[in-house]
Amino acid sequence: MSIDLLRSRIASDPAFHALQRRRDRFNAALTALALGMFFAFILTIAFWPGWLAVPLGPGTVITRAIPIGFGVIVMSLVLIAFYVYMANRTFDPAQREIVRRATAGSDPGADVQPV
Amino acid sequence: MTSRRTARRLRVPAGITLLLAPGLAAAAERGVNVTAVSMFLVFVAVTLGITYWAARRTRTSQDFYAAGRSVTGFQNGLAIAGDFMSAASLLGVAGLIFMSGYDGLIYAIGGIAGWPVIMFLLAERLRNLGKYTFTDAVALRLDAVPIRVLSACGTLVAVILYLIAQMVGAGKLVEILFGVPYEGAVVAVGVLMITYVTFGGMIATTWVQIIKATLLLLGATVLSVLVMAQVDFSVEKLFRQAVSVHEKGRAIMGPGGLVPDPVSAISLGLALVFGTAGLPHVLMRFFTVPNAHEARRSVIFASGFIGYFYMLVFIIGFGAIALVVGQPEYFDAETGKLLGGNNMAAIHLAQAVAGNLFLGFISAVAFATILAVVSGLTLSGASAISHDIYVNVICHGKASEADIVRLSRIATLALGVIAVALGIAFEQQNVAYMVVLAFAVAASVNFPILLLSMYWRRLTTFGAVTGGAIGLTTAVACMVLGPAVWVDTLGNERAIFPYKYPALFSMSATFISIFVFSLLDRRGAADSARRYDEQLVRAHTGIGAEGAAEH
Repeated sequence: MSIDLLRSRIASDPAFHALQRRRDRFNAALTALALGMFFAFILTIAFWPGWLAVPLGPGTVITRAIPIGFGVIVMSLVLIAFYVYMANRTFDPAQREIVRRATAGSDPGADVQPV
Repeated sequence: MTSRRTARRLRVPAGITLLLAPGLAAAAERGVNVTAVSMFLVFVAVTLGITYWAARRTRTSQDFYAAGRSVTGFQNGLAIAGDFMSAASLLGVAGLIFMSGYDGLIYAIGGIAGWPVIMFLLAERLRNLGKYTFTDAVALRLDAVPIRVLSACGTLVAVILYLIAQMVGAGKLVEILFGVPYEGAVVAVGVLMITYVTFGGMIATTWVQIIKATLLLLGATVLSVLVMAQVDFSVEKLFRQAVSVHEKGRAIMGPGGLVPDPVSAISLGLALVFGTAGLPHVLMRFFTVPNAHEARRSVIFASGFIGYFYMLVFIIGFGAIALVVGQPEYFDAETGKLLGGNNMAAIHLAQAVAGNLFLGFISAVAFATILAVVSGLTLSGASAISHDIYVNVICHGKASEADIVRLSRIATLALGVIAVALGIAFEQQNVAYMVVLAFAVAASVNFPILLLSMYWRRLTTFGAVTGGAIGLTTAVACMVLGPAVWVDTLGNERAIFPYKYPALFSMSATFISIFVFSLLDRRGAADSARRYDEQLVRAHTGIGAEGAAEH
């Protein structure tokens, strides 16, 4: 089966579009979360820098800014890890199934490598 | 160090002395750090060996630009991290922290914040759609000729700004260590970089990047542990000591100095996040892996390494304040300034915690970092010229393999010369700040066009090209008329554009004008929507994507 035929079969499969809508929504939500977190941090720097410069306690020079800054880095990595977990666990198998169905019926020597 | 005097005596052969043993012996006589110099030379020798090996494997343009698409996710993650952890990260961010404390950390935090965006929105689709440059993915949707010209311009401006920063870092480093003049050091770096890229292409650049990333992570880890050992592994003690010796005192523990007003803060944040997602030399690396799954793995490893590294930069930056400030041997006796400028804070810190041997190691790592990043950048600039402009615009896709590779090498040479000239002109700038200017351009041209071409069905060629051109012009105009160029470099009295960071203005200009001009363009809409639908299955599944072998 040619690549074009395979692609057009997939494109006419409602399951493909449903899966992509789900993925896009999931990706958009994660992006919003990551950007929301970072820009909350940036806006705090922009408008309330004094709040960040308050020490954590009376006996320390460490300010709120330090753990919050660290937290932004760690949370970015956590979000990335969560995305990978979901992609490997849910989206990849669903997509493989759609491609497999579209490929089914073609001759075994098909020159297509589903991903 | 009597760098002024040695500088004059070495003026003419400086670029070449760097590579030759007699120069080394002469340098040793003048009390130059022999350990550091030897480590430099070892690194240079090893990487030149790799380049020789890679040159023999670089036969096709796919080898030259995409390392034959045979790089694994883990290797590519290291190489991407290597591309991203430039001189700006180690020297520049540590220097900014040294100068103004917490504000420097904003750069580090912003540097990691772009990676979720790359992962969630760009990496996998980009791998499925592209060939050698991110523009390939865009050209599937839009008319190839105008969009390639525009993206190539955006890429070249970003690459050159980024190169300047690396050149300044390298020049200062070599000046301090070898006592050679700044100009000579910059020329030497230029010569090495041209050698790596022209002969070794992406294969050599990737391996140089992997070695360098490993060394950098190792060096930063050891440096951080040594710093913490000095303060009995107490974070509180580290910060307390930093606060007690820094002239700004407790002010270094909160934001303030570098981002004096809300507009600057927001603008810096935008540039860091979306610039990261539009850096041409980073995007290009997604084409070196065999498929989208490996592209995803690349991002996990890359962001993990980068995140880890930036956490170490917290310690290194504040460690430099705590342990270098107040030690007169690191400061110029007359002016009271840090030797070599603030960019050298991390280098002095290495000497302060572990003496000459470690100074040599960290300097070699920093130099390696710069060489590797410069090679990656140059390769990406060369591919914009040869692949985007020459092959696809001038020859309409019908150029011979030999021509393409030859033209890439000529482009590399030209970029090297430009980088050296500008590196000399911008000697006094902080390298992290220069990188943010590159990010601002990437965020205002490359990122919006790439993002909208993959996600907005109503985008048209007219809208993308007009919007991108307006964004690029705005970014460049704000930069030239702003404080860093208009005042610091050109010597004018007052800046015409008052803010140091242009991204807020240039990014808004791009997005607004792309939306407006796309919606006005009714004629282009149907064609663009059809092509959007056509690429959709390929974007998601990778069916029909560029594979590991040329068909």
